[in-house]
Amino acid sequence: MIPPAFDYVRPAGVEEAVRALADAGEDAKVLAGGQSLLPLLRLRLAFPELVVDVGRIPELRGVREDGDTLVIGALTTHHDVVHDPLVRRHAGLLAQATEAVADPAVRHRGTLGGSLAHADPAGDLPAVALALDAELVAQGPGGRRAIPAREFFTDYLQTTLAPDELLVEIRVPKRDGWGFRYEKFARVAQSWAMVGVAALVRRDDGHIAEARVGLTNMGATPLRATAAEEALAGAGDAGAVARAAESAAEGTRPSRDASASPEYRAHLARVLTKRAVLAAAGMG
Amino acid sequence: MTHISVTVDGTAYEDEVEPRLLLVHYLRDRLGLTGTPIGCDTSNCGACTVELDGVSVKSCTVLAVQADGSEVTTVQGLAPDGEWTPLQRAFHERHALQCGYCTPGMLMAARDLLRENPHPSPEEVRRALEGNLCRCTGYQNIVRAVLSAAEESDGSGATGERSAASAQEVTA
Repeated sequence: MIPPAFDYVRPAGVEEAVRALADAGEDAKVLAGGQSLLPLLRLRLAFPELVVDVGRIPELRGVREDGDTLVIGALTTHHDVVHDPLVRRHAGLLAQATEAVADPAVRHRGTLGGSLAHADPAGDLPAVALALDAELVAQGPGGRRAIPAREFFTDYLQTTLAPDELLVEIRVPKRDGWGFRYEKFARVAQSWAMVGVAALVRRDDGHIAEARVGLTNMGATPLRATAAEEALAGAGDAGAVARAAESAAEGTRPSRDASASPEYRAHLARVLTKRAVLAAAGMG
Repeated sequence: MTHISVTVDGTAYEDEVEPRLLLVHYLRDRLGLTGTPIGCDTSNCGACTVELDGVSVKSCTVLAVQADGSEVTTVQGLAPDGEWTPLQRAFHERHALQCGYCTPGMLMAARDLLRENPHPSPEEVRRALEGNLCRCTGYQNIVRAVLSAAEESDGSGATGERSAASAQEVTA
């Protein structure tokens, strides 16, 4: 399959990239690692007039600390996220979930920023960004703005990014001492999650003091299982976790496709929430 | 058209390409390096796996312009002097192929694994190859071959016979 023809620019810096996007109006697409965009182009589901390749902008790559926050460049590859010592230490959930993305060759090219900006609700990382309360920093012609993950994803493959904005970094609050687990249920190796659950748990005196649960592929956007989160607060044993997990699908609108019905997805959300929270809480 | 400079299997090329040209089409149609097959065209099967600047990529999911300034190694660059690598020998000796279509991608993905993890467990081999599909379902011998190559490269002096024996045990 051959992508449709497009013009191509490879800016050397962020400002040049933003200028190219602004000049192109609505008809430009950003190319980072290309692991989401190239499949869309090959299937001719996207017809950009201009592709802006940000893949050679060095300042967009890498992980650094800023006080209690990790700052991850949008162009940091999945492979680098998985192996980064700062991510592993302060945002273990992100490292674990990123290792579940696709396969090693895709993880060499695909980027954290690309996965989030693509906003596929079946992608693993949007729900993780929600659970972590990450902030997504976008740069446009007027400067930078930080967008909370809960406001970033607006609809299927849609975000609040304006056409002339570039996602430049992801700010993740450090979650030292929190337990975590990403549970992904997929039909075959390397496929998209039928449902995924990202759990973060802070324990206090043997009880769950606070739980944060992100849901993959339970609606048009990634979601938080807020009812389950509330029910989990104070849970002190596996039985209480199991009861709280029964509300994991509340407020969700999972889709129907060849591999699962909405009812089956709701079932998976409950089961995977129980598993993920038990593992994160060390109660398994 | 966009100008690219790319080194493929040790040979430097300068070319004018359409930005939409996929790397795998560049390798096959422009350079004639048909050792890298196209399997699925959907980023799933891994048959087209090559190395781009030392790491495995699916060349159907990379634009040729993205490889500008880079070094590409295809399956045809593994044995420039005709001397097989331990991994290639292991694929031959363990009969790690049936129809052979997935073999170039399997070799490139396995190389990538052994570079990062020279002593993988059978489970780690299977995980590392999850992006490479064998439609003949010949996975058992592929996994045996990768484990056998890992042992042979080990430097511990394991002989071919010994590594063959323990590779058999792994899945026995």
